[in-house]
Amino acid sequence: MAQVKMEVSDEVAISINNMNKWYGSFHVLRDIDLNVNRGERIVICGPSGSGKSTLIRCINALEEHQRGEIVVDGTLLSSDVKNIDKIRSEVGMVFQHFNLFPHLSILENCTLAPIWVRKTPKKDADETAMHFLEKVKIPEQANKYPGQLSGGQQQRVAIARSLCMRPRIMLFDEPTSALDPEMIKEVLDTMIELAEEGMTMLVVTHEMGFARQVANRVIFMDQGQIVEQNEPESFFKNPQSDRTKLFLSQILGH
Amino acid sequence: MGDVSFVRTQTLPEMPPPVAEQGIVKWLRENLFSSVASAILTIIALWAVYKFTAFALPWIASGVWNTESLAACRNVLDGARGACFSVLTERWNQLLFGISYPAEHYWRPTVAFVLLFFAAAPVLFFDLPRKFLIFTGVYPFIAYWLIWGGTILSPAIALAGIIMGYFVYAKFIKSSFAVAFLGGMAVAFIIWILSGYIVPAIAPENPFFEAVPSRNMGGFMLNMILGTVCVSLSLPLGIVLALGRQSNMPVIKIICVFFIEFIRGVPLITLLFVANVVLAYFFPPDSNIDLILRVIIMITLFSAAYIAEVIRGGLAALPVGQYEAADSLGLDYAQAMRLIILPQALKISIPGIVNVSVGLFKDTTLVSVISMFDLVGAIRGPILAATEWNGVYWELFMFASILFFLVCYSISQYSQWLERRLATDHR
Repeated sequence: MAQVKMEVSDEVAISINNMNKWYGSFHVLRDIDLNVNRGERIVICGPSGSGKSTLIRCINALEEHQRGEIVVDGTLLSSDVKNIDKIRSEVGMVFQHFNLFPHLSILENCTLAPIWVRKTPKKDADETAMHFLEKVKIPEQANKYPGQLSGGQQQRVAIARSLCMRPRIMLFDEPTSALDPEMIKEVLDTMIELAEEGMTMLVVTHEMGFARQVANRVIFMDQGQIVEQNEPESFFKNPQSDRTKLFLSQILGH
Repeated sequence: MGDVSFVRTQTLPEMPPPVAEQGIVKWLRENLFSSVASAILTIIALWAVYKFTAFALPWIASGVWNTESLAACRNVLDGARGACFSVLTERWNQLLFGISYPAEHYWRPTVAFVLLFFAAAPVLFFDLPRKFLIFTGVYPFIAYWLIWGGTILSPAIALAGIIMGYFVYAKFIKSSFAVAFLGGMAVAFIIWILSGYIVPAIAPENPFFEAVPSRNMGGFMLNMILGTVCVSLSLPLGIVLALGRQSNMPVIKIICVFFIEFIRGVPLITLLFVANVVLAYFFPPDSNIDLILRVIIMITLFSAAYIAEVIRGGLAALPVGQYEAADSLGLDYAQAMRLIILPQALKISIPGIVNVSVGLFKDTTLVSVISMFDLVGAIRGPILAATEWNGVYWELFMFASILFFLVCYSISQYSQWLERRLATDHR
């Protein structure tokens, strides 16, 4: 398993300062500080309920944060709808349950946002979509509907759908958690290929092999806080906090 | 300890099912005679069907089709059991067009009815070329002109107001939705109000089509007018109400909830009486709003409230991931609703919407209680009251039932086709 080469620029892609979020009176995210440079590949792990999904969902404003600031690609995330739409069109997101549009064909899933948000002519959007469907290795499924595809294929379509918007940052929210074991690899391979091309990626996952191979930083979260972050090598070999040690022993122990 | 190791070296071939599990014998056994109780029920059902047919068929078969009155019909039957269908042939036009629609103009609503199919086709069957929708857009104005007659200027200016309003909307939509929407509405209303002064002045004395006042509309034509107009208006209004009820804006939400709950809590018949008597007070004294228009407003509001609730169910059934995926791709609210949420929510809501539409269409017969002579009103009033036909209930109401059944069953069949056509989930 070759380590993906790291080419990280010092240009800042995402900067999160002192961000806090509550669900009602429940404090889900506490004082999150995180800077992501362009080309960085960050894996976020942690027990369920630790706030890792909420964190990346705050970055494209699927969840609203109540305090602190998030700057994505130089745009400050506020309640201004124009800023939110701008950030969302620059940031791609892949969900645990794929969330493909079941009433549209695979090709239409991929061309919808470019046509309506980017105002790309349909012909160009079709070409781009086919390009990315080839990249995720399922161009032959273009005219089928999501319900006819396997989980792994659906997730690869979801990745292609995001890429069609030519995002500069990709967020992955447990992309392999809903997949059968046989299909996890095909999705991870697609993600590795993406990383090799220098995409800025934030990935919430429990696939520690993927973290080792692709990430240049691993973040461990618990109870809404960033507990530990390090390069994967040191993170796995030499975890510092007891909570991290316990977590790693539980997921790597068997 | 036994030997547990086992390796399959070849795949077993597929085999056909046993002979007793195929064909008509299997079907009969499984569906009609699967148990003693089911066999008894099958026999009772067959007996009931036979009895009913044996009773009704001779009555229909020996029906009389061409007499001038019930007495003449009874004479022809000469004591035998038989139907007096001659009431249908003799009063055919009254049943279809009402009591006082001028006979020499019956062809106008008939043409409008035929054109309705061409107008509805591109909406119902969306595989047809989109440019046919232009005719659908113009159809209401053509139909109004055909059925009500009068100067063509009125429908033409109504259409012109809408087109001009749309142009203003299209011009300003890029900068702001509110400006575009209100501007478009304002322009349309200015054109309509101005034309209210101009049209009577320049309208020709004898218009191409003689004007027929609304009070002369009746028969099944009136049911069709009310049904078509109210269904087509209440669907968009219902969508707006359903979305409004989900809105994050409290004022809009409260208005929609209040409206829906109020309308659903009031019987339609009450609303119709309101339309008949009270609504006139709300309009300017000499605005002279047509009774049919008032009835259309009430029935539309009524069914829109129901359709809104049906669609709300569809919206609630969508996984939240669909909203999130649409958001995460950068679609704005209108795009997400139009392209992602509503197509799926409406698809889920089809059975409910059809249910409400069919109910609405049949409820149009309620206008007979506010003395409009729709199909049922014409039967109950002028036809049964006439000395020639006093007492012919079965034939008339059977005819009314068949007409309504034909339309409602078509709607139901269409909706089933639509559901199959839209099925993309491949479960």
